[in-house]
Amino acid sequence: MSDTDSETQVFRPDDQIGGMSLAYVSTQTIPASHSPVSTSGPIAWMREKMFSSVSDTIVSLISLAVIILVVTSLMSWLVTNSVWTAGSLAECREIDTGGCFAVIVVRFSQFMFGFYPSELYWRPILAFALMFVAAAPLLHDTLPRKMLFFSAAYPLLAYWLLWGGSVWGIALFVGALVLTFVIWQLLKGFNMAIAAIVAGLFLVLWFMFAQGSVTSFIDNTIGFVGLESVESSKFGGFLLTFVIGVTGIVASLPIGIMLALGRKSNLPILKALCVGFIEFIRGVPLITLLFVASTLLNYFLPPGTSFDIILRVLIMVTLFASAYMAEVIRGGLAALPRGQYEAADALGLTYWQATQKIVLPQALKISIPGIVNTFIGLFKDTTLVSIIGLLDPIGIMQPIRSDSNWNGIVWELYLFVGLIFFITCFTMSRYSMYFERKLDTGHRS
Amino acid sequence: MTTATQIVDGPVDSGGFRLSQLIYDSRYRSYTIQVIAMVLFMVAVGWLVDNVIDNFRDLGKEFSFGFLFQPASYDINQTLIDYNSQSPHWRAAVVGILNTLLIAVLGCILATFLGVAIGVARLSKNWLIAKLMTIYIEGFRNVPVLLWILLFSTAFSALLPSPRQTEPMLAGFLTATNRGFYVPATIWSEGAGLLAILFLVSLVAAWIFGRWATARQEATGEILPIFRIRLAIIFLPVLALFFLLGSPMTLDFPELKGFNYQGGLYIRSSFMALWLALSLYTAAFIAENVRAGIQAISKGQTEAAYSLGLPPKRTMNLVILPQALRIIIPPLISQYLNLTKNSSLAIAVGYMDVTGTLGGITLNQTGKEMECLILLMGFYLTISLLISGVMNLYNNAVSLKER
Repeated sequence: MSDTDSETQVFRPDDQIGGMSLAYVSTQTIPASHSPVSTSGPIAWMREKMFSSVSDTIVSLISLAVIILVVTSLMSWLVTNSVWTAGSLAECREIDTGGCFAVIVVRFSQFMFGFYPSELYWRPILAFALMFVAAAPLLHDTLPRKMLFFSAAYPLLAYWLLWGGSVWGIALFVGALVLTFVIWQLLKGFNMAIAAIVAGLFLVLWFMFAQGSVTSFIDNTIGFVGLESVESSKFGGFLLTFVIGVTGIVASLPIGIMLALGRKSNLPILKALCVGFIEFIRGVPLITLLFVASTLLNYFLPPGTSFDIILRVLIMVTLFASAYMAEVIRGGLAALPRGQYEAADALGLTYWQATQKIVLPQALKISIPGIVNTFIGLFKDTTLVSIIGLLDPIGIMQPIRSDSNWNGIVWELYLFVGLIFFITCFTMSRYSMYFERKLDTGHRS
Repeated sequence: MTTATQIVDGPVDSGGFRLSQLIYDSRYRSYTIQVIAMVLFMVAVGWLVDNVIDNFRDLGKEFSFGFLFQPASYDINQTLIDYNSQSPHWRAAVVGILNTLLIAVLGCILATFLGVAIGVARLSKNWLIAKLMTIYIEGFRNVPVLLWILLFSTAFSALLPSPRQTEPMLAGFLTATNRGFYVPATIWSEGAGLLAILFLVSLVAAWIFGRWATARQEATGEILPIFRIRLAIIFLPVLALFFLLGSPMTLDFPELKGFNYQGGLYIRSSFMALWLALSLYTAAFIAENVRAGIQAISKGQTEAAYSLGLPPKRTMNLVILPQALRIIIPPLISQYLNLTKNSSLAIAVGYMDVTGTLGGITLNQTGKEMECLILLMGFYLTISLLISGVMNLYNNAVSLKER
């Protein structure tokens, strides 16, 4: 480019070289002509990418034929002949021959919320919307760091929105946490170990004995202020999928970090315990853990305690996810250059200082794509709860299919549920790939 | 701070051992932490076991595996070994284990073939093929496997015709009905043993030939068409003997009798649905691993091989694949593990694997949740540890030896 420019500047038409005028000098650059049709443009592209050889052409033609066949036959079922408003399958069949998507329209709210009271739908919707606000600062590092406070408060807020209950309970919970922190701060200067034990003991005792009774006492004296309670058994559809998936991933993060650190530590007993737990959980299928939740978990608790099946499933799913999370974070820890650990040691930082200030911030960032992938896996695996009788999107198909109005409908339901899973999981996987590319800045090891 | 002298890592000069050293001296602190961790762990386990004992006492249950020897009194629709409803529970569990292993092995084989083919096809120069494969991979990966299993199961029962309306396909080699699939069964008559022996001998001969051909190539530089000669060594003698003996094998074709097909080999649609769904789902993941493995080999390797004069096929076999396999095989094996664990979803379509027998009907009939689930988890754990053991052996064998 610059070469030709300098040449045209040298030879001007009125330039005289040795008193002799030049016969012909172009006054302007000739515009570039199009390359021949055979080497660029759609035809050349097709020739190169689809019909470069005989075998290539045959393969392309066969796949084109298959695509056209599939698309045309699906089009009539999916679009041109489909029915979107009807009261039953019989009505659908009277109207047209295509897919009867009226069932999705009629039962849409059940697919989304299960049997959650319809006048309270705004609560899960709000919780869902706020989830993005809470997740944003974790997934985009350009956002203000102060938003992380909201992320930290979100689990409690979401719990309150979804299950409802007295606002006093939530306030007391927060109060107890603050008080625990204050105790820790006060005693820390005296002795770390004692401070941790006292603070932990306070928190446990508060929840075992005080929380419930104090809440009901305030409810009775001051009056109930809060949201109407909704039982877990009313949860269903994609609401349940999100509750199990998000709780599993959020709760498994701290446990997973601890397990990963334990697995990498040089304390043999601690390491053995962590490795044993991780390998055990990763070695058995999730469905056996769900069987444990549905039939066995109550045996491990003091006689008389029983809590509802969703909470039990949440516990097992959290344990399940934390083993996988631990492996992801271990990968992040291993990917951190050795020099970082050595630099922390050279600065004289203690183990916890180094972990907290140098190792984890970097390792967790490297692990984000892996965490998102774990979340995708967990999100898909939540469908397994339908086998132990919960009404997740697959479980909720059963009552719909046994409804006399919709008896015999299958494909539309599978298509709808599959499509929603596809959209969510595909978006997340694309995000994790984007993040991976962003992190991959080239300087490794 | 008066304790400043105690914080140092080196030996403490003044006096003997002090209690505070357990926390502040890094030589002892690790023991303190581990002892505390161990004690906490023991307390937790003790608490759980104590609760279990209390609960069992309250419910009048006892912890024993005696139920395994009582008659199961339920039928299993697919059994690889002799089993009837009078057989004990342990035999039902073994039937389930064999069914799990059957689906796992067949699933791994099909998934590998499909996955490798799709992974290679995704890198095809043909844009259409590459895009189709991408759609396949993303479509299967992003929808729960349970949905696929249910979808295949429903498709087989809803879309296939009833046995009376079914026409055998592929010259009678496959009959697909809504009750299941029928393929011809092979019946071996006299002389089959001889064939099997000859086949084994041919395999050994082919192996010896391979060794000899390699040695010859090293010595003389001459390359023999090893693959074709091997094929000939393996199959020609067996085929010759087969006809010499007057074909000692007959095919038993399924026939329509009354409302159903009789004879042949009957494959239940639950098995077929589970097998296809698991294989297609896992193949999508394997395809991605294969693609990543091939792409990880730098282009310079291909170019170097070409400049040495190696033809494309040998470049693939001798340069690219050996390097790519080192990257592909570890995730491939963990996909096998996933497939085996996912096969426990058989319970959703009524295929009687070990989760269906031991963790399903036996558990519900006997009420021995604890014992059944311990055995069930123990089985899966054993399989997982075996597979990951194999993987570690492989990793050690192929890891680059750095000097």
